Amino acid sequence: MGLVLLCVIWLITIASTYFFVAKTWWLPAGASAATAVIDHQFAITFVFMGIIFVAAQLALGLFVWKFRDRGSASPAGYSHGNIRLEVIWTVLTAVLFVGLNLAGSQIWAAERFRPADEGATRVEVTGMQFAWYFRYPGPDGKFGLTKAELEDPSAGGEAALGLNPADPASKDDVVTGTMVVPVDRQVEVILRAHDVIHSFFVPSMRFKQDAVPGLAIHMHFTPTQTGDFEIACAELCGLGHYKMHGMLKVVSREEFDKWLAAREAEKQ
Amino acid sequence: MAGGPGGGETIMVAQEPHAHAAPQGFIRKYIFSLDHKVIGLQYYFLALTAVFVGMFLSLLMRIHLVWPAAVLPLLGEIKPETYLTLVTMHGTIMVFFVLTTAPQGGFGNYFLPIQIGAPDMAFPVLNMLSFWTTFLAYLVMLAAFFVVGGAPLHGWTGYAPLSALQSAGPGEGLGADLWITSIAIFCIASLMGALNFITTTLDMRARGMSMMRMPLTCWSWFVTAILGLLAFGVLLSAGVLLLMDRNLGTSFYLPLGTINGQLTGHKGGSPLLWQHLFWFFGHPEVYIAILPGMGVASQVLSTFSRKPIFGYKAMVYAMLGIGLLGFMVWGHHMFMSGMSPYTAFAFSIMTMAIGVPSAIKTFNWLGTLWRGRIQFASPMLFAIGFVSLFVSGGLSGPFLAQPTLDIPLHDTAFVPAHFHLIMGVAAIFGIFAATYYWFPKMFGRMMNETLGRIHFFFTLIGTYCIFMPMHYLGLAGQPRRYSQLTELAYLHPLIPLNRFITYAAIVTVTAQLVFLYNLLCSMFKGPKASDNPWHATTLEWTTATPPPHDNFGGHTPVVYHGPYEYSVPGAPQDYVMQNDPATVAAH
Repeated sequence: MGLVLLCVIWLITIASTYFFVAKTWWLPAGASAATAVIDHQFAITFVFMGIIFVAAQLALGLFVWKFRDRGSASPAGYSHGNIRLEVIWTVLTAVLFVGLNLAGSQIWAAERFRPADEGATRVEVTGMQFAWYFRYPGPDGKFGLTKAELEDPSAGGEAALGLNPADPASKDDVVTGTMVVPVDRQVEVILRAHDVIHSFFVPSMRFKQDAVPGLAIHMHFTPTQTGDFEIACAELCGLGHYKMHGMLKVVSREEFDKWLAAREAEKQ
Repeated sequence: MAGGPGGGETIMVAQEPHAHAAPQGFIRKYIFSLDHKVIGLQYYFLALTAVFVGMFLSLLMRIHLVWPAAVLPLLGEIKPETYLTLVTMHGTIMVFFVLTTAPQGGFGNYFLPIQIGAPDMAFPVLNMLSFWTTFLAYLVMLAAFFVVGGAPLHGWTGYAPLSALQSAGPGEGLGADLWITSIAIFCIASLMGALNFITTTLDMRARGMSMMRMPLTCWSWFVTAILGLLAFGVLLSAGVLLLMDRNLGTSFYLPLGTINGQLTGHKGGSPLLWQHLFWFFGHPEVYIAILPGMGVASQVLSTFSRKPIFGYKAMVYAMLGIGLLGFMVWGHHMFMSGMSPYTAFAFSIMTMAIGVPSAIKTFNWLGTLWRGRIQFASPMLFAIGFVSLFVSGGLSGPFLAQPTLDIPLHDTAFVPAHFHLIMGVAAIFGIFAATYYWFPKMFGRMMNETLGRIHFFFTLIGTYCIFMPMHYLGLAGQPRRYSQLTELAYLHPLIPLNRFITYAAIVTVTAQLVFLYNLLCSMFKGPKASDNPWHATTLEWTTATPPPHDNFGGHTPVVYHGPYEYSVPGAPQDYVMQNDPATVAAH
């Protein structure tokens, strides 16, 4: 029985580790400035946790086989423990865990403490059951006021957001169902939600943030590659949660300017 | 006065203020019983029905996820909203009526008094009341399936506003009211239970049973009760506020907002308030589920290694440390919630710190096996499985504890992978270990070892096949609580791996029927058990099998030793009972 257990535990360990190391399923290819640092922090954590995982499981399998009952020929050792060992592994674990934490804190600070750059592309992202809307402030650089009373999701577009036509700043606002941003320039996202909590999740951008009714949450990310990237909703928001998706199109700066100008022209 | 089956010296016991005579009628003996052992079994069987309900729901989820168009016999096609009610009810039933109920209400009730040498819990009537209140909560929860609109779809975490607005989706009407009412009732039951456990542990210990001579199981139930006392009160308050938001027009959790273009009529509240209150309960709840498992694993590993537990004191301090830190880490569930990013630092450091006592426990379990003389009875197999799962589930914690890594991982399949391994499956392995270990004492018969081994290997390999791949899915960005993977192109390549998980789930669920068969058959047909079939040391093994009404047949045991004196050099046997006055152990 000891040998069977050893084999089962070791096999589980080796198989589990293989698929991690072979990266058969892995983080999606990243296309943002944060990808490298986040993935690096993931890799460091992964190496340390992987070593502990393999070592602990192999030891467990080995011990249950090596110290199996072999009759009276193998009396058990009588010991209540070892304080020096307890101190050593407590200190080592504490140093490792707190160290890992501190190593990652710079990245968190860069992503979440610092406000967006002055020249960032500003996009307001609004979640509602079960769609994402994106709003650009237009040439005046100001988002027009919205009113909850005016929100009409069935109408889509500006009406869905409840854009207030009485506010002059709203006249040039561009509302779209696809998020278009230029490459290599920071994007400032202003996240809002109308009804319930949604979560704006762009796996390729290593970006995720809940959109919460009543809050306007300012975040930023910097796309570094052009292309189409899927947007998912990552917070349970109701029966259509699984199909609340959108598309992020990262294009060259020229293309972006042309696209935005065309949308603004349509407004006139 | 009627004596218990174990002997006639009940007079001594009758002098105790809490003592009560053995009841005679069926109703007083088995239904509204004051006997902690009967109440323990009532909790256990409630949890047993709940775990099969919860497991069945998860099976339906897995089937719908990979074959969304499948038409099931009797149930028909599962709709996306039905999938979410399965998610909600699976989580809620498992967390409250299985993981909180079986280890603490079931085994804790049955064995805490016996292990500390007491004739019953401190407050037998309160004990009966807490069980029947739990039972009521369970009925109210199940009733949610049968009302108009069905059970709620807001997940077991019930995030507002989704859970607070009747029009947020199907099931958010009466079903959601019943859901939150059931949880509130459950909180009251748990508060009563917690008070009873704490008082019993502090006041009812036999002579010589100092705190530091208590079995680690008793420590785990004690710490769990303290966590319950502090956590369930908060959830109860949060639940009452939610009911008020839903039905009385208050706005604790609801800011100005619309749903389907209609104003909700609320303003000024904060959805984050619910999350803070919920997780202030929710994170300690994780330890409420797993701590008794740790206690049982320690007890069983020591017994079947024939060795004292390695580092008893360290184990006790680790549990206390986990209990204390467990109240300071709730914010790690909320790194992506919109709360201040600065607080993430504090919650993250505290969460990493809680890994330290968890690691201490793992090292000490390995230290207990080291140079042991390991016997592979079914309880031991499950205790070894517990350690393996605890390591696997624990080590994904330091990923999720870092806010930076939560950016890609939060609310993906990586999270259910993590918490199922540790607070789901590891805790269940603790319950299995306890079942196989204490079954002879509870029912006077032995369970079948061959079936126990078959159950163990299928369940261990099966659960790894279910939950290890979920880590890979999470890395690849598969969001949790998606009823279908058809809508996003990047999820399509993940469907085959999801199918593999579903197959593994079908096999693993089927293997549980082996356990059920073994349990029910052995209850009536298993070979008769001796009073101490495992040659264990703690007080439950000193009394008759099953124990008499007053536990020790009219006398109170006196304790001379620590709980795990195995293989003591010079002792006549390889174990020294806690109440054995003849042998003086080295410790």
